[in-house]
Amino acid sequence: MAEMKVRDLDLWYGDFQGLKNINMDIIENQIIAFIGPSGSGKSTFLKTLNRMNDLVENARVEGTIELDGVDIYAPNTDVNVLRKKVGMVFQNPNPFPKSIYDNIAFGPRTHGITDKNELDEIVENSLKGAAIWDEVKDHLDRSALSISGGQQQRVCIARALAVEPEILLMDEPTSALDPISTAKIEELVTTLKEDYTIAMVTHNMQQASRISDRTAFFLSGELIETDDTTKIFTNPEHEDTENYISGRFG
Amino acid sequence: MNKSKIARAFVYLGAAITFGVLGYIILFVFINGVPYITPDLFAWNYTTENVSLTPALITTLYIIGGSLLVATPIGVFTAVYLVEYADRSRPIVKLMSMATDTLAAVPSIVYGLFGFLFFVTFLGFQFSLLAGMLTMTIMILPLIIRSTEEALLAVGRPLREASYALGAGKLRTIFNVVLPVAMPGILSGVILAIGRIIGESAALIYTLGSSVNLPDSLLSSGRTLAVHMYVLSSEGFHVNEAYATAVVLIVLVLALNAFSTFISRRIVRGGK
Amino acid sequence: MAERKERVMNGVFFISALMSIVSLVLITVFMFTNGVPVMMKYGLDEFLFGTQWRPTATEPQFGLLPMIMGSVYVTIGAAVLGVPIGVLTAIFMAEYCPKWLYKILKPAVSLMASIPSIVYGFFALQFLVPLVRDSIGGNGYSILTAMILLAVMILPTVIELSESALRAVPRTYYNGSVALGATHERALFKVMLPAASSGVLSSIVLGIGRAIGETMAVVLVAGNQPLMPDGFLKGVRTLTTNIVLEMSYASGDHRSALIATGVILFVFILLINSVFLVIKNKGATK
Repeated sequence: MAEMKVRDLDLWYGDFQGLKNINMDIIENQIIAFIGPSGSGKSTFLKTLNRMNDLVENARVEGTIELDGVDIYAPNTDVNVLRKKVGMVFQNPNPFPKSIYDNIAFGPRTHGITDKNELDEIVENSLKGAAIWDEVKDHLDRSALSISGGQQQRVCIARALAVEPEILLMDEPTSALDPISTAKIEELVTTLKEDYTIAMVTHNMQQASRISDRTAFFLSGELIETDDTTKIFTNPEHEDTENYISGRFG
Repeated sequence: MNKSKIARAFVYLGAAITFGVLGYIILFVFINGVPYITPDLFAWNYTTENVSLTPALITTLYIIGGSLLVATPIGVFTAVYLVEYADRSRPIVKLMSMATDTLAAVPSIVYGLFGFLFFVTFLGFQFSLLAGMLTMTIMILPLIIRSTEEALLAVGRPLREASYALGAGKLRTIFNVVLPVAMPGILSGVILAIGRIIGESAALIYTLGSSVNLPDSLLSSGRTLAVHMYVLSSEGFHVNEAYATAVVLIVLVLALNAFSTFISRRIVRGGK
Repeated sequence: MAERKERVMNGVFFISALMSIVSLVLITVFMFTNGVPVMMKYGLDEFLFGTQWRPTATEPQFGLLPMIMGSVYVTIGAAVLGVPIGVLTAIFMAEYCPKWLYKILKPAVSLMASIPSIVYGFFALQFLVPLVRDSIGGNGYSILTAMILLAVMILPTVIELSESALRAVPRTYYNGSVALGATHERALFKVMLPAASSGVLSSIVLGIGRAIGETMAVVLVAGNQPLMPDGFLKGVRTLTTNIVLEMSYASGDHRSALIATGVILFVFILLINSVFLVIKNKGATK
């Protein structure tokens, strides 16, 4: 019960059109990877899915994005509830300068959970879900800034899981990490898809082909094509896609 | 080559004068003042014999406490408005910034006159703690606004985004993420304000007055340590006690500065 | 519910932010309504250009020119003495000071900024006044004494702002200059200092603002005669000290004339502040 349908989506920054007529279905319990050169609009598009682009001045959206049949850009949408349902993990790990525990508990507390036992349980489950529980369980009161970058990113994933989202957006979640941490996160993401629907922006072609079920290729604000990952990487419909994947530009 | 040597000599000379003068002032005051730091000077009640500074010290604390109580929330909220909400191109917002800058430049004696005209006379507070506190409140407001503004601007976008992405609203993001991270910066502004109040005399002498006794209500007069010292120095009867009071004042601002350095060096970390 | 809370707090923030404007308006209104009528009554040119200050005479005279000139003289003198020393010290702090020493000197400058005026004034009264009297002449309570005192008091302002202006100059300027064979000093004085000039200039303007507004230190050493300044070793009265000296017993037109003194000071400061803003904005657009 967690799928998104994007229809005729346009986005402008002032006079500049950042996204042009995007149509896409994001299918439940799958990983979809967004690829494309810098400035192709893939990150911008990701941010329209939980309306983080609202924070950008002058950004304007037309078209519809439905989450389980409800338009998230409808006037009566509560953005905070939307963002609870559609979680996000960022390019650079951005834990709050608080303890690991308080980082994870921030979201649940935001949405009104105050019971200590309940919070303890959420924290434990979220950290387990992000495969970092064993590494941090003995020092949850330590600052989240005191652990390594890869661990921080998994804490950030745990933090996103703690509000029980239906969809998880990831904006190049491994681009700031070393290869070992990257491998751990990739492994984690593939297990997460059993419970979540995941959309991930990546610059890393191998990463997209390794872990995603479907891949969408963006170029200059347009969605060139979306298809099964194996098809995109072996036999794309479009010449541009083939050029990009074979490294001829971008 | 020769020119360079002369230039370098001047640079060293300039620095030597600056720090020589500072060192000399402190030494001079301490050598003349420390011997007169006696228990009498800290007697609970002021008499013309002991010239105790205790009532003045406590009054200084009252003024600091009262002014901060009013100025800190107003100053922090102003900065929050300017940084987090305001559209900088709106005329009213420009006016707010300009007013803050101008307030910062107004000399103490003008604050004193205004406090006298407005709080003491117009509102009928007489020379009183209340009039002194409110005058100080306006005087320290720009300090707190500016340092909070700077601290808020330094809080990175990623932290705000993380909070919004978890479904936190703007208020929760500000109060639970941005302000805690900005706290050391805000605190250093508060410390600056405390220092300003400790050193202030011109703005207090015609608002708080210079009564030697400990004020027993918000509407009674008193004197801060700096005013106390001014009275001692201008009367000229208690030069030794004035030196001793100067030592106490310097120690106070020294302690305050050390605390401020301590805070700014402490890296903000949650947890232990 | 949450939305209402957001709206209410938005209002609270906005009202707080209005307080600066409200305060400034109140200050301006109260100063002007209490100070301007007396200036009109006796004539603006009497106030600005009259040389006689006899506030309690049966035919009172309110000439503020001696005090205006007094303020101008001591301020200019303080700037002439203090600015070069301050700027040189700033250069030392930014470019010469070894790290270990910087850790001591930086807090020392902050301490210098936060030593109460009254302590500076008392030091000058006890040390500078006799020094000037014995080694130069006069009775020691003089323009010169006030100048030296104020020169010291503006040092931290000049140093702190000039230093940060110097540090804000891109290091590539320095490297480029040294790469062309300039000495350390030549790079500093010919390239770095000019590049930092708007910041250094605004530090000077702020220092001047501090000097002209200083009251409680000056009153102890300047002699305070309300006469046209006549030589470095003669006493002088400034706008600020005029107020603080007589406010305790003044009444009627006399009191209003003191407030008028404050108004003139206030206008001076506003002018200086606008010069500061112009320099700052120029620096920002460059």
